[in-house]
Amino acid sequence: MKTMQANVVTPDGSVFEGQIEMVTVKTTEGSLGIMAGHLPLVAPLTIGIVRLKNDSNIQLVAVSGGFMEVRPDEVSILAESAELPSDIDVARARAAKERAERRLERAKKEHIDFKRAELALKRAINRLEVAGS
Amino acid sequence: MASLRDIKSRITSTKKTKQITKAMEMVSAAKLNRAQSKSTSFLPYTEKIREVVSSIASGNEEEKGISHPMLEAREEVKKTAYIVITSDRGLCGAYNSSLLRNTLRILNERHASPEEYGLIVVGRVGRDFFKKRGLPIYQEIVGLQDQPEYQEIKNIASTTVQMFTDGIFDEIYIHYNHFVSVISQKVTESKLLPLNEFGGDADGEEVTEDSSSTNLEYIYEPNPEIILEQLLPHYAESLIYGALLDAKASEFGARMTAMQSATNNATDRIDELTLVYNRARQAAITQEINEIVGGASALD
Repeated sequence: MKTMQANVVTPDGSVFEGQIEMVTVKTTEGSLGIMAGHLPLVAPLTIGIVRLKNDSNIQLVAVSGGFMEVRPDEVSILAESAELPSDIDVARARAAKERAERRLERAKKEHIDFKRAELALKRAINRLEVAGS
Repeated sequence: MASLRDIKSRITSTKKTKQITKAMEMVSAAKLNRAQSKSTSFLPYTEKIREVVSSIASGNEEEKGISHPMLEAREEVKKTAYIVITSDRGLCGAYNSSLLRNTLRILNERHASPEEYGLIVVGRVGRDFFKKRGLPIYQEIVGLQDQPEYQEIKNIASTTVQMFTDGIFDEIYIHYNHFVSVISQKVTESKLLPLNEFGGDADGEEVTEDSSSTNLEYIYEPNPEIILEQLLPHYAESLIYGALLDAKASEFGARMTAMQSATNNATDRIDELTLVYNRARQAAITQEINEIVGGASALD
């Protein structure tokens, strides 16, 4: 099958580089699958899982925000943060999840930053999902 | 002349100082290496964003008329923000002083009163400097890591960008030391927002690179306005981060050079003092012999 070059880049450096057949991302408008030879496209991403497929290997990456740029032979994902399953600190993500849940609980009563807590929760859940636990 | 013991203790203390400066020099060299590699690994990120933004922005003028407040210069500039990046610690030569002097000069030249500008200060030295002079500091960060993570400055960067969007500031400049080489840092001012001279203002090399990519016709999902809406704050934030990384690399470079010359000075000083010490020692011995000889001949 035709492959394309995939790059996942964050401000702290490159996270993934390699040839892939297909990539699935979650954009602000919904899920999107891109295969090699796609027309040039730019789309913003939300917190979600990026799946990079090559043969039968699927590489998961936890991405928090950012955007994707597609060219016929190349796809670049620029994210504020992106982590491979092996790089995720599961304990920390769990703690973050609990903290965010508590905050959301409290947010119903008091006036704390609801949106921020919600985003933190989303990020934590996303990380845990990618880490597979 | 100072006594033998005085000279000796001065030599020992100078030796100790030299050990410290030598160690600091080596530490800075190691940190410099890391800062540089961090700075290089960050480059692809900004370049990519820049590419996409400029391809959207360049397409907009003729055909689609897409615009964004961040891309347009405001007619009346009421308030200007300056982001000043300094270090937390001293002992790095003229790194901070030349930067701050330059900033102060620019502020005095451009503005009649402190009402017309606001400062966003990174680093303890800069904060103390402006605080002492009672200038308006809007935000400050101190105690950043040596190799700052994007998350650490994300907040300050996004609030700064937000302040621009909200109209608190009409222009934002960054002042920092640009890393030219290990021994040379250049005080630099760059305009962060608005991004009105997009595509042609920055370094010449990037522009040529861009021209190949800008003629790609992108599909914008869902539409260019939303993409710009998302991308521009990102871009501005990443520029701040880039400047910070650059400034950090310069800081270590400056500190390394400063410590190197301190070590050299210490070596010279030790040599000088040792010479003085030996001379004094010889003089003392000669005097003692003279006294013995004098005493012996007096007995005869």
